[in-house]
Amino acid sequence: MSDNNLPLNDWHLARGARMVPFAGYSMPIQYEGIMAEHKWVRESAGLFDVSHMGQLIIAGGGAEKALETLLPADLSILKEGRLRYSLLLSPDGGIVDDLMVTRRGDHFYMVVNGATKEGDIAYLRENLPPGVVIDHMKEQALLALQGPKAVDVLARIAPQIAELGFMQGGAFDLGGVTAWVSRSGYTGEDGFEISVPAKVVSEIADLLTGKPEVKPIGLGARDSLRLEAGLPLYGHDLDTGTTPIEADLGFAISKRRRAEGGFPGATRIIGEMEGGTITRRVGIAIEGRQPVREGAMVMDFEGNEVGKVTSGGFSPILEAPIAMAYVPSALAIEGAAISLAQRGKIFQARVIPMPFVPHRYNRKGAGK
Amino acid sequence: MTVYYTKEHEWVSIDGDTAVVGITDFAQGQLGDIVFVEVPKPGAQVTQGGEAAVVESVKAASDVYAPVSGEVIEGNQALEDDPSLVNTAPETDGWFFKLRLSDNGQLNDLMNADEYKAFVDSQ
Repeated sequence: MSDNNLPLNDWHLARGARMVPFAGYSMPIQYEGIMAEHKWVRESAGLFDVSHMGQLIIAGGGAEKALETLLPADLSILKEGRLRYSLLLSPDGGIVDDLMVTRRGDHFYMVVNGATKEGDIAYLRENLPPGVVIDHMKEQALLALQGPKAVDVLARIAPQIAELGFMQGGAFDLGGVTAWVSRSGYTGEDGFEISVPAKVVSEIADLLTGKPEVKPIGLGARDSLRLEAGLPLYGHDLDTGTTPIEADLGFAISKRRRAEGGFPGATRIIGEMEGGTITRRVGIAIEGRQPVREGAMVMDFEGNEVGKVTSGGFSPILEAPIAMAYVPSALAIEGAAISLAQRGKIFQARVIPMPFVPHRYNRKGAGK
Repeated sequence: MTVYYTKEHEWVSIDGDTAVVGITDFAQGQLGDIVFVEVPKPGAQVTQGGEAAVVESVKAASDVYAPVSGEVIEGNQALEDDPSLVNTAPETDGWFFKLRLSDNGQLNDLMNADEYKAFVDSQ
């Protein structure tokens, strides 16, 4: 099967990107190099093309209540222009996808993973009532501008953008193009996600990368950045065989929904919130310099496999190997010593809190 | 001193019966930022085409194969402290290991510089 091209394909090639197949598309893995791109995002601002992701509109009478039958979020308290992280759940409480859902006027705007979007749409169509309409916005491209200087860059183009708080969005004029901009992202840094019509996305990409703070960033650094930020990647750290509680995503189960249930797998998930799970996703620091990657085994003291590494790599900021793994709940405590096995070699590691590198979101008001 | 190359993008520099092995500039460019290198210990026997070392970039792990058979004399300990030498000086200071050749005839299986360049250009 050949890979489809995204709207910015020629734009990436003109900037020297190395392209790889990802989620059925040809996508940029890197431009100048993963390490340099990673550090640039932590210090300045990087532009990511995430147009492979699915952008959906869920509209029609009863959309809010209907969506609540599939997501564990409390949409009744989601204010206009606010977004939250949520999970599309299967009847047994497994994670079908993780996503962002925004209340936007008379509808909900949802961003889902690229590799799972077709399945998500089918699942939504099957399970939402006929009065609720799903529009897959294939004509929209999606960019992410991430890093501490992202706000400076966007504020020079549309000053009002600086007033957005973390997990808040709005419509803004970017050089004559109406864009939906939210203060959100997948790097742990302050930053924005920008939805624009595909036919003008190269102009927006030029506008942003024309600023001295901004460089284009590939998927390689996107992965190492999200790993440092402790953010799970669907299809690797999460799948239909994983529940939100096993995945340590209990925060995605809203208070009212925990009390009332009414979402897929509610009995199991609420039970796990109270009684715990057999395994749990944790962050791991590995001794030495060699990365331990997805697929490595977590071993007990007798050499039995008791868990697995689901994401792992070398942290450019910590200059050390880090990983996410599912381990027995008894070991899911800070400082617990564990052994890992990869290609016949044993590694010593310990459980440490995530994020590995602190988040620097622009949270408004008291606390953080 | 003559340098030979493999299709797996290793280079091997021959001086008498001593060989120095590393990966080519093309290979390091393909791998990207190198964050870890594991080299064989002195005394280890390696066989032509067999796994001899491991190199890991931010993105992935790769094996380095022995271009020729022999006994390892020395691994480059400098790579333990600074794996990025493989990126910055792949065909000089970023060498992986030295070995004593067991069969000079194996050199006939390898490419010379011109042949390797043509091979890379055809990739």
